[in-house]
Amino acid sequence: MALVEFADFSFKYLGADSLALKRITLTIDEGEYVVITGPSGCGKTTFCRAINALVPQFHRGYVAGNVYTDGKNTRENEVATFASVAGLVFQNPENQLVTLDVEKEIAFGPENLGVAPNEIRRRVEELIELLDLEELREKHPHEMSGGEQQRVAIAATLALKPKVLVADEPTSNLDPQSAETILKIIAHLNKKGMAVILVEHRLDLVAKDASRIILMNKGRIVADGNPREILAMDLCEEIGVGVPKATQVYKRLRTRGVELGTVPLTGVELAELVQEATSR
Amino acid sequence: MIILEDVHYSYDGVYTALRGISIQIDDGERLAVIGANGAGKTTMIKHMNGLLRPQKGRVILDGHDTKFMSVAEIAREVGLVFQNPDHQLFLDSVKKEVEFGLRNLGFTESEAEQKRQKTLTDLGLEGFAERSPFTLSGGERKRVALASVLSTEPRFLALDEPTIGQDAHQKSLLAQMLAEMNKLGRTVVVVTHDIEFVIENFPRTVAMADGQIIADGSTSMVLSNDEVIERCALALPQMTLAARAMRNVFPEVGQRLTLLSELEETIMGILGGA
Ligand SMILES: Nc1ncnc2c1ncn2[C@@H]1O[C@H](COP(=O)(O)OP(=O)(O)OP(=O)(O)O)[C@@H](O)[C@H]1O
Ligand SMILES: Nc1ncnc2c1ncn2[C@@H]1O[C@H](COP(=O)(O)OP(=O)(O)OP(=O)(O)O)[C@@H](O)[C@H]1O
Ligand SMILES: [Mg+2]
Ligand SMILES: [Mg+2]
Repeated sequence: MALVEFADFSFKYLGADSLALKRITLTIDEGEYVVITGPSGCGKTTFCRAINALVPQFHRGYVAGNVYTDGKNTRENEVATFASVAGLVFQNPENQLVTLDVEKEIAFGPENLGVAPNEIRRRVEELIELLDLEELREKHPHEMSGGEQQRVAIAATLALKPKVLVADEPTSNLDPQSAETILKIIAHLNKKGMAVILVEHRLDLVAKDASRIILMNKGRIVADGNPREILAMDLCEEIGVGVPKATQVYKRLRTRGVELGTVPLTGVELAELVQEATSR
Repeated sequence: MIILEDVHYSYDGVYTALRGISIQIDDGERLAVIGANGAGKTTMIKHMNGLLRPQKGRVILDGHDTKFMSVAEIAREVGLVFQNPDHQLFLDSVKKEVEFGLRNLGFTESEAEQKRQKTLTDLGLEGFAERSPFTLSGGERKRVALASVLSTEPRFLALDEPTIGQDAHQKSLLAQMLAEMNKLGRTVVVVTHDIEFVIENFPRTVAMADGQIIADGSTSMVLSNDEVIERCALALPQMTLAARAMRNVFPEVGQRLTLLSELEETIMGILGGA
Protein backbone atom coordinates (compact mmCIF):
# COMPACT_ATOMS: atom_id res chain seq x y z
CA MET A 1 0.00 0.00 0.00
CA ALA A 2 1.27 3.43 -0.92
CA LEU A 3 1.80 5.94 1.86
CA VAL A 4 0.08 8.66 -0.16
CA GLU A 5 -2.14 8.07 -3.14
CA PHE A 6 -3.85 10.70 -5.29
CA ALA A 7 -6.53 9.10 -7.46
CA ASP A 8 -7.67 11.50 -10.19
CA PHE A 9 -7.98 14.24 -7.56
CA SER A 10 -9.15 17.75 -8.44
CA PHE A 11 -9.91 20.66 -6.14
CA LYS A 12 -11.29 24.17 -6.47
CA TYR A 13 -11.38 26.52 -3.46
CA LEU A 14 -14.79 27.85 -2.53
CA GLY A 15 -15.41 31.01 -4.55
CA ALA A 16 -12.41 30.47 -6.86
CA ASP A 17 -12.74 30.61 -10.64
CA SER A 18 -10.35 27.84 -11.50
CA LEU A 19 -9.13 24.53 -10.16
CA ALA A 20 -6.12 24.67 -7.86
CA LEU A 21 -5.42 20.98 -8.50
CA LYS A 22 -6.34 19.29 -11.77
CA ARG A 23 -6.71 15.55 -12.03
CA ILE A 24 -3.71 14.55 -9.95
CA THR A 25 -2.87 10.87 -9.99
CA LEU A 26 0.25 9.56 -8.28
CA THR A 27 1.55 7.47 -5.42
CA ILE A 28 4.29 8.19 -2.92
CA ASP A 29 5.84 5.28 -1.05
CA GLU A 30 7.63 4.83 2.22
CA GLY A 31 11.23 5.98 2.20
CA GLU A 32 10.82 8.42 -0.69
CA TYR A 33 12.15 11.98 -0.63
CA VAL A 34 9.97 13.92 -3.03
CA VAL A 35 10.63 17.55 -3.89
CA ILE A 36 7.66 19.47 -5.26
CA THR A 37 8.44 22.59 -7.24
CA GLY A 38 6.79 24.91 -9.72
CA PRO A 39 5.86 28.56 -10.18
CA SER A 40 4.18 30.58 -7.45
CA GLY A 41 0.47 29.80 -7.44
CA CYS A 42 0.76 26.44 -9.25
CA GLY A 43 -0.87 24.45 -6.43
CA LYS A 44 2.00 23.19 -4.24
CA THR A 45 0.49 24.25 -0.92
CA THR A 46 -2.90 22.92 -1.97
CA PHE A 47 -1.24 19.60 -2.78
CA CYS A 48 0.32 19.52 0.72
CA ARG A 49 -3.01 20.36 2.36
CA ALA A 50 -4.71 17.56 0.44
CA ILE A 51 -2.36 14.98 1.99
CA ASN A 52 -3.46 15.64 5.56
CA ALA A 53 -7.11 16.38 4.75
CA LEU A 54 -6.97 20.16 5.44
CA VAL A 55 -8.14 20.20 1.84
CA PRO A 56 -11.08 19.60 1.58
CA GLN A 57 -12.12 19.47 5.24
CA PHE A 58 -10.74 22.76 6.55
CA HIS A 59 -10.31 24.57 3.23
CA ARG A 60 -13.57 23.74 1.55
CA GLY A 61 -14.47 23.67 -2.10
CA TYR A 62 -15.27 21.52 -5.08
CA VAL A 63 -13.69 18.06 -4.96
CA ALA A 64 -13.42 15.26 -7.49
CA GLY A 65 -11.47 12.05 -7.06
CA ASN A 66 -9.81 10.90 -3.84
CA VAL A 67 -6.66 11.07 -1.78
CA TYR A 68 -5.64 8.16 0.44
CA THR A 69 -3.04 8.81 3.12
CA ASP A 70 -1.81 5.70 4.88
CA GLY A 71 -4.68 3.91 3.17
CA LYS A 72 -7.38 6.18 4.58
CA ASN A 73 -9.58 8.36 2.42
CA THR A 74 -9.05 12.03 3.37
CA ARG A 75 -12.69 12.80 2.59
CA GLU A 76 -14.07 10.15 4.91
CA ASN A 77 -11.81 10.34 7.97
CA GLU A 78 -11.37 13.19 10.42
CA VAL A 79 -8.44 15.55 10.00
CA ALA A 80 -7.07 14.36 13.37
CA THR A 81 -6.69 10.84 11.92
CA PHE A 82 -3.91 12.11 9.74
CA ALA A 83 -1.98 14.11 12.35
CA SER A 84 0.37 11.32 13.32
CA VAL A 85 0.80 10.12 9.76
CA ALA A 86 1.43 13.27 7.77
CA GLY A 87 3.10 16.10 9.70
CA LEU A 88 2.75 19.41 7.89
CA VAL A 89 5.19 22.31 8.26
CA PHE A 90 3.15 25.33 7.13
CA GLN A 91 4.49 27.74 4.53
CA ASN A 92 3.91 30.62 6.95
CA PRO A 93 5.26 29.39 10.30
CA GLU A 94 3.31 31.93 12.32
CA ASN A 95 0.02 30.35 11.23
CA GLN A 96 1.11 27.08 12.76
CA LEU A 97 2.22 28.32 16.18
CA VAL A 98 -0.55 28.20 18.76
CA THR A 99 0.90 28.07 22.28
CA LEU A 100 2.64 30.43 24.69
CA ASP A 101 6.22 29.22 24.59
CA VAL A 102 8.56 27.07 22.58
CA GLU A 103 8.53 24.08 24.95
CA LYS A 104 4.74 23.99 24.95
CA GLU A 105 4.69 24.40 21.19
CA ILE A 106 6.84 21.31 20.65
CA ALA A 107 4.85 19.31 23.22
CA PHE A 108 1.48 20.38 21.83
CA GLY A 109 1.26 17.90 18.94
CA PRO A 110 2.32 14.76 20.82
CA GLU A 111 0.06 15.72 23.74
CA ASN A 112 -2.90 15.77 21.39
CA LEU A 113 -1.89 12.37 20.07
CA GLY A 114 -1.90 11.01 23.62
CA VAL A 115 1.84 10.30 23.74
CA ALA A 116 3.10 9.45 27.27
CA PRO A 117 4.45 12.45 29.24
CA ASN A 118 7.94 10.94 29.65
CA GLU A 119 8.21 10.39 25.96
CA ILE A 120 6.98 13.94 25.28
CA ARG A 121 9.68 15.38 27.57
CA ARG A 122 12.28 13.29 25.78
CA ARG A 123 11.15 14.52 22.35
CA VAL A 124 11.02 18.15 23.48
CA GLU A 125 14.58 18.04 24.84
CA GLU A 126 15.88 16.18 21.82
CA LEU A 127 14.38 18.69 19.39
CA ILE A 128 15.46 21.74 21.38
CA GLU A 129 18.99 20.41 21.16
CA LEU A 130 18.77 19.30 17.53
CA LEU A 131 17.29 22.58 16.27
CA ASP A 132 19.32 24.84 18.51
CA LEU A 133 16.32 26.31 20.38
CA GLU A 134 17.79 26.42 23.88
CA GLU A 135 17.89 30.23 24.05
CA LEU A 136 14.30 30.48 22.85
CA ARG A 137 12.89 27.82 25.18
CA GLU A 138 10.65 30.18 27.14
CA LYS A 139 9.93 32.69 24.40
CA HIS A 140 6.48 33.39 23.06
CA PRO A 141 6.33 32.22 19.43
CA HIS A 142 4.90 35.55 18.30
CA GLU A 143 7.81 37.39 19.87
CA MET A 144 10.51 35.83 17.77
CA SER A 145 12.18 36.60 14.47
CA GLY A 146 10.86 34.97 11.28
CA GLY A 147 13.65 32.41 11.12
CA GLU A 148 13.29 31.54 14.81
CA GLN A 149 9.58 30.91 14.27
CA GLN A 150 10.33 28.65 11.34
CA ARG A 151 12.77 26.53 13.37
CA VAL A 152 10.14 26.14 16.08
CA ALA A 153 7.48 25.16 13.53
CA ILE A 154 9.77 22.45 12.14
CA ALA A 155 10.53 21.15 15.64
CA ALA A 156 6.81 21.06 16.49
CA THR A 157 6.09 18.98 13.40
CA LEU A 158 8.99 16.58 13.91
CA ALA A 159 7.75 16.03 17.49
CA LEU A 160 4.80 14.17 15.98
CA LYS A 161 7.23 11.58 14.56
CA PRO A 162 5.19 11.51 11.36
CA LYS A 163 5.45 8.68 8.83
CA VAL A 164 5.68 11.36 6.17
CA LEU A 165 6.96 14.87 6.72
CA VAL A 166 5.19 17.35 4.46
CA ALA A 167 7.25 20.53 4.55
CA ASP A 168 6.00 23.58 2.64
CA GLU A 169 9.06 25.78 1.93
CA PRO A 170 10.45 25.01 5.40
CA THR A 171 13.66 27.02 4.99
CA SER A 172 12.29 30.19 3.38
CA ASN A 173 13.09 32.37 6.42
CA LEU A 174 16.29 30.63 7.49
CA ASP A 175 19.84 31.89 7.19
CA PRO A 176 21.94 29.76 4.81
CA GLN A 177 23.65 27.72 7.55
CA SER A 178 20.43 27.01 9.43
CA ALA A 179 18.82 26.00 6.15
CA GLU A 180 21.66 23.56 5.49
CA THR A 181 21.48 22.16 9.00
CA ILE A 182 17.73 21.63 8.87
CA LEU A 183 17.92 19.99 5.47
CA LYS A 184 20.65 17.66 6.75
CA ILE A 185 18.43 16.69 9.67
CA ILE A 186 15.53 16.02 7.29
CA ALA A 187 17.74 13.96 4.96
CA HIS A 188 19.01 11.97 7.94
CA LEU A 189 15.49 11.24 9.19
CA ASN A 190 14.57 10.21 5.66
CA LYS A 191 17.44 7.67 5.66
CA LYS A 192 16.06 6.32 8.92
CA GLY A 193 12.68 5.71 7.33
CA MET A 194 10.61 8.91 7.37
CA ALA A 195 9.20 9.75 3.96
CA VAL A 196 9.63 13.39 2.93
CA ILE A 197 7.53 15.60 0.68
CA LEU A 198 9.16 19.00 0.51
CA VAL A 199 8.13 22.10 -1.40
CA GLU A 200 11.00 24.31 -2.48
CA HIS A 201 11.87 26.95 -5.07
CA ARG A 202 15.62 26.89 -4.43
CA LEU A 203 16.62 23.54 -5.87
CA ASP A 204 20.31 24.30 -5.26
CA LEU A 205 19.53 23.41 -1.65
CA VAL A 206 17.53 20.22 -2.00
CA ALA A 207 17.94 18.54 -5.39
CA LYS A 208 20.82 16.42 -4.09
CA ASP A 209 18.70 14.97 -1.28
CA ALA A 210 15.67 14.14 -3.43
CA SER A 211 14.91 10.70 -4.79
CA ARG A 212 12.21 12.22 -6.99
CA ILE A 213 11.15 15.65 -8.23
CA ILE A 214 7.62 16.61 -9.18
CA LEU A 215 7.14 19.70 -11.34
CA MET A 216 3.77 21.39 -11.13
CA ASN A 217 2.31 24.09 -13.32
CA LYS A 218 -1.19 25.58 -13.24
CA GLY A 219 -2.58 22.88 -10.99
CA ARG A 220 -1.19 19.98 -12.97
CA ILE A 221 1.76 17.68 -12.62
CA VAL A 222 3.86 18.34 -15.70
CA ALA A 223 6.88 16.17 -14.90
CA ASP A 224 7.63 13.54 -12.27
CA GLY A 225 10.76 11.46 -11.92
CA ASN A 226 14.45 11.23 -11.21
CA PRO A 227 15.91 14.64 -10.24
CA ARG A 228 18.68 14.53 -12.83
CA GLU A 229 16.30 13.72 -15.66
CA ILE A 230 13.73 16.27 -14.62
CA LEU A 231 16.18 19.12 -14.10
CA ALA A 232 17.83 18.48 -17.45
CA MET A 233 14.51 19.23 -19.19
CA ASP A 234 14.04 22.63 -20.87
CA LEU A 235 10.55 22.65 -19.37
CA CYS A 236 12.09 23.84 -16.08
CA GLU A 237 13.25 27.13 -17.56
CA GLU A 238 10.04 27.46 -19.58
CA ILE A 239 7.88 27.49 -16.45
CA GLY A 240 10.34 29.48 -14.33
CA VAL A 241 11.78 26.82 -12.02
CA GLY A 242 15.14 27.65 -10.39
CA VAL A 243 17.37 24.86 -11.66
CA PRO A 244 20.55 24.29 -9.56
CA LYS A 245 23.50 26.38 -10.70
CA ALA A 246 25.62 23.31 -11.49
CA THR A 247 22.82 21.90 -13.64
CA GLN A 248 22.50 25.26 -15.42
CA VAL A 249 26.18 25.20 -16.32
CA TYR A 250 25.77 21.63 -17.58
CA LYS A 251 22.89 22.74 -19.79
CA ARG A 252 24.79 25.72 -21.20
CA LEU A 253 27.72 23.47 -22.04
CA ARG A 254 25.37 21.01 -23.68
CA THR A 255 24.09 23.67 -26.08
CA ARG A 256 27.72 24.29 -27.04
CA GLY A 257 28.27 20.65 -27.86
CA VAL A 258 29.95 19.61 -24.60
CA GLU A 259 28.28 16.53 -23.14
CA LEU A 260 29.35 15.78 -19.57
CA GLY A 261 27.52 12.46 -19.41
CA THR A 262 25.76 12.70 -16.07
CA VAL A 263 23.63 15.67 -15.03
CA PRO A 264 25.26 17.35 -11.98
CA LEU A 265 23.17 18.72 -9.13
CA THR A 266 25.94 20.31 -7.05
CA GLY A 267 29.09 22.30 -7.68
CA VAL A 268 31.28 19.44 -6.49
CA GLU A 269 29.59 16.98 -8.83
CA LEU A 270 30.13 19.40 -11.70
CA ALA A 271 33.83 19.68 -10.87
CA GLU A 272 34.15 15.87 -10.76
CA LEU A 273 32.49 15.50 -14.15
CA VAL A 274 34.87 18.05 -15.69
CA GLN A 275 37.80 16.15 -14.24
CA GLU A 276 36.51 12.84 -15.60
CA ALA A 277 35.97 14.40 -19.03
CA THR A 278 39.61 15.53 -19.21
CA SER A 279 40.97 12.15 -18.18
CA ARG A 280 38.96 10.30 -20.79
CA MET B 1 19.35 60.42 3.21
CA ILE B 2 18.69 58.19 6.22
CA ILE B 3 21.07 58.14 9.15
CA LEU B 4 20.85 55.76 12.08
CA GLU B 5 22.99 57.03 14.93
CA ASP B 6 23.92 54.61 17.71
CA VAL B 7 20.44 53.06 17.72
CA HIS B 8 19.58 50.72 20.59
CA TYR B 9 16.40 48.72 20.94
CA SER B 10 15.12 46.07 23.34
CA TYR B 11 11.73 44.36 23.06
CA ASP B 12 11.52 43.26 26.66
CA GLY B 13 14.10 45.28 28.53
CA VAL B 14 16.26 42.21 29.08
CA TYR B 15 17.61 41.08 25.77
CA THR B 16 18.82 43.86 23.52
CA ALA B 17 17.97 43.36 19.87
CA LEU B 18 19.95 46.38 18.61
CA ARG B 19 23.14 47.45 20.33
CA GLY B 20 24.39 50.63 18.78
CA ILE B 21 23.58 50.63 15.08
CA SER B 22 25.13 53.45 13.05
CA ILE B 23 24.68 53.65 9.33
CA GLN B 24 24.27 56.28 6.65
CA ILE B 25 22.27 55.57 3.52
CA ASP B 26 22.56 58.13 0.74
CA ASP B 27 19.92 58.93 -1.83
CA GLY B 28 19.94 56.57 -4.77
CA GLU B 29 21.83 53.74 -3.07
CA ARG B 30 21.08 50.04 -3.39
CA LEU B 31 21.97 48.32 -0.16
CA ALA B 32 21.49 44.81 1.23
CA VAL B 33 21.40 43.88 4.90
CA ILE B 34 22.43 40.33 5.76
CA GLY B 35 22.82 38.42 9.02
CA ALA B 36 21.92 35.21 10.84
CA ASN B 37 18.41 34.56 12.15
CA GLY B 38 17.76 36.79 15.12
CA ALA B 39 20.62 39.18 14.29
CA GLY B 40 18.28 42.18 14.43
CA LYS B 41 17.70 42.89 10.74
CA THR B 42 13.92 43.25 10.96
CA THR B 43 14.25 45.33 14.11
CA MET B 44 16.63 47.65 12.32
CA ILE B 45 14.61 48.07 9.13
CA LYS B 46 11.49 48.84 11.18
CA HIS B 47 13.39 51.81 12.60
CA MET B 48 13.79 53.22 9.11
CA ASN B 49 10.10 53.99 8.70
CA GLY B 50 9.35 54.84 12.32
CA LEU B 51 7.45 51.67 13.14
CA LEU B 52 9.91 51.15 15.97
CA ARG B 53 11.52 54.11 17.73
CA PRO B 54 15.05 54.00 19.10
CA GLN B 55 15.29 53.65 22.86
CA LYS B 56 18.69 55.24 22.62
CA GLY B 57 20.27 56.95 19.61
CA ARG B 58 18.57 58.72 16.72
CA VAL B 59 17.11 58.14 13.27
CA ILE B 60 17.57 61.13 10.99
CA LEU B 61 15.64 61.45 7.76
CA ASP B 62 16.81 64.17 5.34
CA GLY B 63 18.30 66.08 8.25
CA HIS B 64 15.24 65.82 10.49
CA ASP B 65 15.26 63.82 13.70
CA THR B 66 12.35 61.40 13.25
CA LYS B 67 11.55 61.69 16.94
CA PHE B 68 9.58 64.77 15.95
CA MET B 69 7.81 63.11 13.01
CA SER B 70 4.68 60.95 12.99
CA VAL B 71 4.69 57.49 11.42
CA ALA B 72 2.46 58.90 8.68
CA GLU B 73 4.98 61.64 7.91
CA ILE B 74 7.85 59.18 7.77
CA ALA B 75 5.83 56.73 5.70
CA ARG B 76 5.44 59.38 3.01
CA GLU B 77 9.17 59.07 2.39
CA VAL B 78 9.97 55.52 3.47
CA GLY B 79 7.89 52.56 2.31
CA LEU B 80 8.35 49.33 4.27
CA VAL B 81 7.38 45.85 3.07
CA PHE B 82 7.08 43.44 6.01
CA GLN B 83 8.82 40.08 6.23
CA ASN B 84 5.47 38.45 6.92
CA PRO B 85 2.73 39.75 4.58
CA ASP B 86 0.09 38.77 7.15
CA HIS B 87 1.25 41.71 9.24
CA GLN B 88 0.74 44.11 6.38
CA LEU B 89 -2.40 43.11 4.47
CA PHE B 90 -5.73 43.92 6.08
CA LEU B 91 -8.26 44.85 3.40
CA ASP B 92 -10.59 42.47 1.61
CA SER B 93 -9.42 42.93 -1.95
CA VAL B 94 -6.08 43.21 -3.68
CA LYS B 95 -7.31 46.31 -5.44
CA LYS B 96 -8.26 48.08 -2.19
CA GLU B 97 -5.03 46.95 -0.58
CA VAL B 98 -2.86 48.50 -3.29
CA GLU B 99 -4.97 51.63 -3.81
CA PHE B 100 -5.19 52.35 -0.08
CA GLY B 101 -1.62 53.62 0.18
CA LEU B 102 -1.91 55.56 -3.06
CA ARG B 103 -5.09 57.36 -1.98
CA ASN B 104 -3.50 58.15 1.36
CA LEU B 105 -0.67 59.88 -0.45
CA GLY B 106 -3.20 62.06 -2.25
CA PHE B 107 -3.37 60.43 -5.66
CA THR B 108 -6.72 60.81 -7.41
CA GLU B 109 -8.91 57.78 -7.95
CA SER B 110 -7.89 57.40 -11.58
CA GLU B 111 -4.19 57.91 -10.86
CA ALA B 112 -4.39 55.32 -8.10
CA GLU B 113 -6.14 52.89 -10.38
CA GLN B 114 -3.58 53.36 -13.12
CA LYS B 115 -0.61 52.90 -10.80
CA ARG B 116 -2.24 49.90 -9.17
CA GLN B 117 -2.77 48.23 -12.54
CA LYS B 118 0.77 48.85 -13.69
CA THR B 119 2.35 47.53 -10.48
CA LEU B 120 0.18 44.42 -10.37
CA THR B 121 1.09 43.66 -13.98
CA ASP B 122 4.79 44.22 -13.32
CA LEU B 123 4.63 41.72 -10.45
CA GLY B 124 2.75 39.06 -12.41
CA LEU B 125 -0.53 39.74 -10.61
CA GLU B 126 -2.75 40.86 -13.46
CA GLY B 127 -6.20 39.43 -12.94
CA PHE B 128 -5.87 39.43 -9.14
CA ALA B 129 -7.43 42.86 -8.43
CA GLU B 130 -10.78 41.58 -7.18
CA ARG B 131 -9.34 38.69 -5.15
CA SER B 132 -9.22 38.72 -1.37
CA PRO B 133 -5.60 38.65 -0.17
CA PHE B 134 -6.64 35.88 2.23
CA THR B 135 -7.32 33.51 -0.65
CA LEU B 136 -3.92 33.87 -2.28
CA SER B 137 -0.94 31.54 -2.30
CA GLY B 138 2.05 32.45 -0.13
CA GLY B 139 4.09 33.89 -2.97
CA GLU B 140 1.11 35.82 -4.35
CA ARG B 141 0.44 37.37 -0.93
CA LYS B 142 4.02 38.51 -0.64
CA ARG B 143 3.78 40.13 -4.07
CA VAL B 144 0.59 41.98 -3.09
CA ALA B 145 2.44 43.30 -0.03
CA LEU B 146 5.25 44.41 -2.33
CA ALA B 147 2.79 45.95 -4.79
CA SER B 148 1.08 48.03 -2.13
CA VAL B 149 4.39 49.72 -1.35
CA LEU B 150 6.13 49.72 -4.75
CA SER B 151 3.08 51.32 -6.41
CA THR B 152 3.58 54.46 -4.32
CA GLU B 153 7.19 54.77 -5.52
CA PRO B 154 8.47 56.08 -2.20
CA ARG B 155 11.87 57.80 -2.15
CA PHE B 156 13.15 55.10 0.19
CA LEU B 157 12.16 51.50 -0.28
CA ALA B 158 12.78 49.21 2.67
CA LEU B 159 12.02 45.57 1.85
CA ASP B 160 12.22 42.80 4.44
CA GLU B 161 12.98 39.45 2.74
CA PRO B 162 11.28 40.35 -0.56
CA THR B 163 12.24 37.09 -2.31
CA ILE B 164 10.55 34.74 0.16
CA GLY B 165 8.20 32.40 -1.65
CA GLN B 166 9.18 33.65 -5.11
CA ASP B 167 10.11 31.37 -7.97
CA ALA B 168 13.08 32.14 -10.23
CA HIS B 169 10.94 34.04 -12.74
CA GLN B 170 9.18 36.20 -10.13
CA LYS B 171 12.49 36.95 -8.52
CA SER B 172 13.88 38.34 -11.74
CA LEU B 173 10.73 40.42 -12.32
CA LEU B 174 11.22 41.91 -8.86
CA ALA B 175 14.91 42.58 -9.45
CA GLN B 176 14.00 44.36 -12.68
CA MET B 177 11.45 46.57 -10.94
CA LEU B 178 13.86 47.51 -8.19
CA ALA B 179 16.53 48.36 -10.76
CA GLU B 180 14.09 50.60 -12.63
CA MET B 181 13.02 52.43 -9.50
CA ASN B 182 16.62 52.86 -8.49
CA LYS B 183 17.39 54.37 -11.90
CA LEU B 184 14.68 56.91 -11.23
CA GLY B 185 16.53 57.90 -8.08
CA ARG B 186 14.84 55.73 -5.46
CA THR B 187 16.91 54.33 -2.63
CA VAL B 188 16.49 50.58 -2.15
CA VAL B 189 17.30 48.75 1.08
CA VAL B 190 16.62 45.02 1.33
CA VAL B 191 17.03 42.57 4.17
CA THR B 192 17.65 39.11 2.76
CA HIS B 193 19.19 35.67 3.22
CA ASP B 194 19.36 35.26 -0.55
CA ILE B 195 23.04 35.86 -1.22
CA GLU B 196 22.74 35.42 -4.98
CA PHE B 197 20.09 38.12 -5.04
CA VAL B 198 22.52 40.34 -3.14
CA ILE B 199 25.47 39.64 -5.43
CA GLU B 200 23.42 40.23 -8.56
CA ASN B 201 21.60 43.39 -7.47
CA PHE B 202 23.25 45.24 -4.59
CA PRO B 203 26.61 47.02 -4.72
CA ARG B 204 26.71 47.71 -0.95
CA THR B 205 26.16 45.20 1.85
CA VAL B 206 25.78 45.68 5.59
CA ALA B 207 26.41 42.58 7.70
CA MET B 208 24.76 42.30 11.12
CA ALA B 209 25.41 39.96 14.05
CA ASP B 210 24.00 40.05 17.57
CA GLY B 211 22.40 43.45 17.16
CA GLN B 212 25.48 45.14 15.74
CA ILE B 213 26.93 45.95 12.35
CA ILE B 214 30.08 43.88 11.84
CA ALA B 215 30.86 44.94 8.28
CA ASP B 216 29.68 47.61 5.85
CA GLY B 217 31.09 48.16 2.39
CA SER B 218 31.14 46.89 -1.15
CA THR B 219 29.27 43.61 -1.49
CA SER B 220 32.28 41.73 -2.83
CA MET B 221 34.42 42.93 0.06
CA VAL B 222 31.86 42.15 2.75
CA LEU B 223 31.09 38.70 1.35
CA SER B 224 34.73 37.70 1.20
CA ASN B 225 35.27 38.57 4.88
CA ASP B 226 35.68 35.34 6.89
CA GLU B 227 34.18 36.82 10.03
CA VAL B 228 31.07 37.76 8.04
CA ILE B 229 30.75 34.27 6.57
CA GLU B 230 31.01 32.75 10.04
CA ARG B 231 28.88 35.15 12.08
CA CYS B 232 26.23 35.78 9.43
CA ALA B 233 25.84 32.01 9.01
CA LEU B 234 26.46 32.15 5.28
CA ALA B 235 26.98 29.07 3.16
CA LEU B 236 29.27 28.97 0.18
CA PRO B 237 27.35 29.24 -3.08
CA GLN B 238 27.44 26.21 -5.39
CA MET B 239 29.49 28.21 -7.92
CA THR B 240 32.21 28.78 -5.34
CA LEU B 241 32.16 25.12 -4.30
CA ALA B 242 32.53 24.11 -7.95
CA ALA B 243 35.38 26.55 -8.47
CA ARG B 244 37.19 25.31 -5.34
CA ALA B 245 36.83 21.67 -6.27
CA MET B 246 38.14 22.38 -9.75
CA ARG B 247 41.03 24.48 -8.54
CA ASN B 248 42.37 21.44 -6.66
CA VAL B 249 42.92 19.76 -10.01
CA PHE B 250 43.19 22.65 -12.45
CA PRO B 251 45.29 25.44 -10.94
CA GLU B 252 44.30 27.79 -13.74
CA VAL B 253 40.77 28.14 -12.31
CA GLY B 254 40.25 31.61 -10.86
CA GLN B 255 40.03 32.34 -7.13
CA ARG B 256 36.66 33.96 -7.26
CA LEU B 257 34.18 32.67 -9.78
CA THR B 258 30.79 34.04 -8.96
CA LEU B 259 29.03 34.21 -12.29
CA LEU B 260 27.62 31.28 -14.17
CA SER B 261 29.16 32.51 -17.42
CA GLU B 262 32.63 32.68 -15.84
CA LEU B 263 32.43 29.07 -14.76
CA GLU B 264 31.07 28.07 -18.14
CA GLU B 265 33.98 29.72 -19.97
CA THR B 266 36.50 28.26 -17.54
CA ILE B 267 35.20 24.76 -18.18
CA MET B 268 35.18 25.32 -21.95
CA GLY B 269 38.82 26.38 -21.59
CA ILE B 270 39.74 23.29 -19.57
CA LEU B 271 38.03 20.98 -22.02
CA GLY B 272 39.74 22.72 -24.91
CA GLY B 273 36.50 23.53 -26.63
CA ALA B 274 36.49 27.31 -26.35
N1 LIG C 1 -8.25 29.84 0.12
C1 LIG C 1 -8.21 30.01 -1.20
N2 LIG C 1 -9.29 30.41 -1.89
C2 LIG C 1 -9.25 30.59 -3.23
N3 LIG C 1 -8.17 30.37 -3.99
C3 LIG C 1 -7.04 29.97 -3.37
C4 LIG C 1 -7.00 29.77 -1.95
N4 LIG C 1 -5.76 29.40 -1.61
C5 LIG C 1 -5.06 29.35 -2.77
N5 LIG C 1 -5.82 29.69 -3.83
C6 LIG C 1 -5.41 29.74 -5.24
O1 LIG C 1 -5.11 28.43 -5.65
C7 LIG C 1 -3.94 28.41 -6.47
C8 LIG C 1 -2.91 27.48 -5.84
O2 LIG C 1 -2.48 28.03 -4.61
P1 LIG C 1 -1.34 27.36 -3.75
O3 LIG C 1 -1.27 28.08 -2.46
O4 LIG C 1 -1.55 25.90 -3.71
O5 LIG C 1 -0.06 27.70 -4.67
P2 LIG C 1 1.49 27.46 -4.41
O6 LIG C 1 2.01 26.64 -5.55
O7 LIG C 1 1.71 26.93 -3.05
O8 LIG C 1 2.08 28.94 -4.55
P3 LIG C 1 3.28 29.68 -3.75
O9 LIG C 1 4.55 29.16 -4.36
O10 LIG C 1 3.07 31.12 -4.10
O11 LIG C 1 3.13 29.37 -2.31
C9 LIG C 1 -3.47 29.85 -6.59
O12 LIG C 1 -3.92 30.37 -7.81
C10 LIG C 1 -4.17 30.56 -5.44
O13 LIG C 1 -4.47 31.90 -5.77
N1 LIG D 1 8.12 41.05 19.23
C1 LIG D 1 9.25 40.63 19.84
N2 LIG D 1 9.31 40.49 21.17
C2 LIG D 1 10.43 40.05 21.79
N3 LIG D 1 11.57 39.75 21.15
C3 LIG D 1 11.59 39.85 19.81
C4 LIG D 1 10.43 40.30 19.08
N4 LIG D 1 10.73 40.32 17.77
C5 LIG D 1 12.01 39.89 17.67
N5 LIG D 1 12.53 39.62 18.89
C6 LIG D 1 13.90 39.17 19.19
O1 LIG D 1 14.81 40.16 18.78
C7 LIG D 1 15.93 39.59 18.11
C8 LIG D 1 16.07 40.22 16.73
O2 LIG D 1 14.92 39.87 15.97
P1 LIG D 1 14.74 40.32 14.46
O3 LIG D 1 13.35 39.96 14.07
O4 LIG D 1 15.16 41.73 14.29
O5 LIG D 1 15.81 39.35 13.75
P2 LIG D 1 16.14 39.13 12.21
O6 LIG D 1 17.57 39.45 12.01
O7 LIG D 1 15.17 39.86 11.37
O8 LIG D 1 15.96 37.54 12.09
P3 LIG D 1 15.31 36.62 10.91
O9 LIG D 1 16.39 36.44 9.90
O10 LIG D 1 15.03 35.31 11.61
O11 LIG D 1 14.09 37.29 10.40
C9 LIG D 1 15.70 38.08 18.10
O12 LIG D 1 16.47 37.48 19.07
C10 LIG D 1 14.22 37.93 18.42
O13 LIG D 1 13.98 36.77 19.20
MG1 LIG E 1 2.61 27.71 -1.35
MG1 LIG F 1 13.66 39.24 10.11
